[in-house]
Amino acid sequence: MRFTRTSKALGIVAIAALALTGCGAGGGTTEGSSDAAGDPNKVITAYSNEPQNPLLPANTNEVYGGRVVELLFEGLRTYDADGKPVNALAESIDSPDAQNWTIKVKQGQKFTNGEEITAKTFVDSWNYAANSKNLQNNGFFFESIAGYEEVSAVNSEKTADGKTTTTPAPTAETMSGLAAPDNSTITVKLAQPEADWSLRLGYSAFFPLPSAALADPKAFGENPVGNGPYKFEKEGAWVHDQSISLVKNADYSGPREAKNGGVTFKFYTDPGPAYTDLQSDNLDITDVLPSNALKTYETDFQDRNATKPVATNSTLNIPPYNPNFQGEAGKLRRQALSYAINREEIAKVVFNGTRTPAKAFVPPVIDGFKDGLKGSEILKFDAAKAKDLWEQANKIQPYDDSKPLQIASNTDGGNKEWIDAVANGFKNNLGIQAEIQPFAKFAEVLNLRKSQQLPGLTRAGWQGDYPSLYNFLGPVWGTNASSNYEKYTNPEFDKLLKEGLAATSTDDANAKFNQAQEVLFEDLPGLPLWDQARPIVWSNNVVKAETGWNGSILYYNITAK
Amino acid sequence: MVRFILRRLLQVIPVFIGTTLLVYYMVFALPGDPIAALFGDRQPPQAVIDTLRSQYHLDEPFWVQYGLFLKNLFTFNLGNDFTGQPIAASLARVFPVTAMLAIEALAIQAIFGVAFGVFAGLRRGGWFDSTVLVASLVVIAVPTFVLGFVFQLVFGVQLGWAKPTVGANADWGSLLLPAVVLGLVSFAYVLRLTRASVSENMNADYVRTATAKGLSRPRVVLAHILRNSLIPVVTYLGANLGGLMGGAIVTEGIFNVPGVGNKLYQAVLRSEGPTIVSIVSVLVLVFVVSNLLVDLLYAWLDPRIRYDQ
Repeated sequence: MRFTRTSKALGIVAIAALALTGCGAGGGTTEGSSDAAGDPNKVITAYSNEPQNPLLPANTNEVYGGRVVELLFEGLRTYDADGKPVNALAESIDSPDAQNWTIKVKQGQKFTNGEEITAKTFVDSWNYAANSKNLQNNGFFFESIAGYEEVSAVNSEKTADGKTTTTPAPTAETMSGLAAPDNSTITVKLAQPEADWSLRLGYSAFFPLPSAALADPKAFGENPVGNGPYKFEKEGAWVHDQSISLVKNADYSGPREAKNGGVTFKFYTDPGPAYTDLQSDNLDITDVLPSNALKTYETDFQDRNATKPVATNSTLNIPPYNPNFQGEAGKLRRQALSYAINREEIAKVVFNGTRTPAKAFVPPVIDGFKDGLKGSEILKFDAAKAKDLWEQANKIQPYDDSKPLQIASNTDGGNKEWIDAVANGFKNNLGIQAEIQPFAKFAEVLNLRKSQQLPGLTRAGWQGDYPSLYNFLGPVWGTNASSNYEKYTNPEFDKLLKEGLAATSTDDANAKFNQAQEVLFEDLPGLPLWDQARPIVWSNNVVKAETGWNGSILYYNITAK
Repeated sequence: MVRFILRRLLQVIPVFIGTTLLVYYMVFALPGDPIAALFGDRQPPQAVIDTLRSQYHLDEPFWVQYGLFLKNLFTFNLGNDFTGQPIAASLARVFPVTAMLAIEALAIQAIFGVAFGVFAGLRRGGWFDSTVLVASLVVIAVPTFVLGFVFQLVFGVQLGWAKPTVGANADWGSLLLPAVVLGLVSFAYVLRLTRASVSENMNADYVRTATAKGLSRPRVVLAHILRNSLIPVVTYLGANLGGLMGGAIVTEGIFNVPGVGNKLYQAVLRSEGPTIVSIVSVLVLVFVVSNLLVDLLYAWLDPRIRYDQ
């Protein structure tokens, strides 16, 4: 009698399906008080994605881990919304000569596990982060401290097939320039004077770590214990590929006190669904908008959006190994290219105002930025001048147009649109062939840049680590600097940077850095394109939100209703 | 019967080696350095990159990498992905979610597809048949992602009947909306298959015999017509289950379902060979088992089919 069994089974499934339909209904409507001051206990949900590393501050160098680490920990200093450094755990930071620093640490501060934070905590944490055998991604942030060379030493070996492998081989366990003579004092001796060194003390690499972190970093990274405005909701609050739940740290007393009850980071592999969730109040805030929402977010989220310039810029780098861009003719051609880019229009039409035309090699939000530097007039669009310079160059040395001028970039993230616009500018104003050299992935471009195999132009970008002019110049354009992939080099530029670092006052330092930028304008190793502005939108559950100097949302400052 | 099952299971071995080898090689051939790609513009010290590279054996030739992967697989140690998380743990997180989604979608298409198909097939050319035929054509013609976005907007945002995305803590209820979207397209196929099969079998001799015996109409339809019409439908559903378990990358993306499709997409973006191939290995098993189940169902549906000859 199989028939009866079949019908019964079908009946059960049908009932189950009905029951499921019932479960599906019922949206997430939450009633909240409409108090303007906000509900201090409400938990905010925020857009994020899976962090790439265990949550150790000195190992976290990508945004999604970074935003969690910054809420879990507090360093000697922190940055306010405008990027101004303010003392947090530091009572005072002094140096008579920009080389020998004395930092007084506030007493009585504790990690959420009760462990006391002293000067020694910082010294141990920094020595751990700088040690090459601990493989911390941000270890190089300690490179200025005397003795860094020894703790970060590596062995480079050539393997049989000609490749080089680098293995950690520290010759010392602690940096000689770093000491804690008593519980409240850290003394730091730098290898050479650096006026802006104290600016970077708010960066996450410099956060203190409890002793548990140094004993078992991997386990600690899963369930970090910090001293910041928030803490993990419980052991295992990081559900991989899904969410991280933070709650307010009631014992925190610093400049970043939480105005809400907690932050739950919900992970999205794509910003599209997050935008939909925001429209239906299933998510409270995002700082990543799908590219098709850039034109509509201001109407979709009336009075619930903000756009603020951030410390991130883009350049179009010109490799010195392309013969077309060498010598006197090359210099004129670089200028011509710059004049042929209509930054104003592209920022408006393609980016819908989320970019502003570059004014220098450093974005204006950085303290010490100076408008109208010598040579910066090449950033203005001028078709006639572009054409004129290009022809002058051709008189000196004919342009090799056997291949079109290519602009290399990964094409995800909306890069294709603006590169097409720039290439069209070159075509129309200079009469040359120009096109995008597309790559599926960022890694491909990076590899070719590292091995000097991109003779065309290359899209490059820089996001400030800490708010300083130097951070946008040294690591990017300095000789042999870590991110100077096109290998630009100019001794005069290096010298000005060094002088700027050695200056004892910030003003003197900034003056030197701006002079160094004028050298860049003369050489044009890259064409500054634009600076970013970051739009954010929030749900009806949020009263107000804002971003900081580097574009990250100030989660602790969000008030909810 | 037992011999049949064993033979089918033995077929898994060449299929398994073939697919994993092929997929592993394709990932290996992807351009770009996956470790460098983890970091972006701000590269960590070279020692970090080199250590990671040797830790994941990326500095080894292809055959060594593939051999190590097989060795790990057979010792039930899948290793870690590039973020340092154990791959086995992430498979254990994503497969149940996608399994729930697949079962829900399969249930929707099977139940509604067969029911509507039978009604349409019995009254061929009637108003119900015509309406359903046109409607199913529309459903087939609309791409899944359009359907996904429309459902999300209408039911998730405007009507607020369901949450527009799934996210953490996926359960049967929150997966219903994506399951409906996922099930709808195949629902149309199931409906059309059932309809064609039913209307063909309606005039078969055994149906006339059953009616002549004086059996009631429901009995004739359910026990005789339907059961004999189910073979093509079951074949289709079986193949479909494997496809659904592979994760509907588009649908899971639209609804932010933390399932296989999303994980696979992320792993491809990061060129994470071991993660991709581990997922594929499980999928191969799912395909083989679901096809085996379909074959076994044939005998139950039609006793004339025998496996051991």
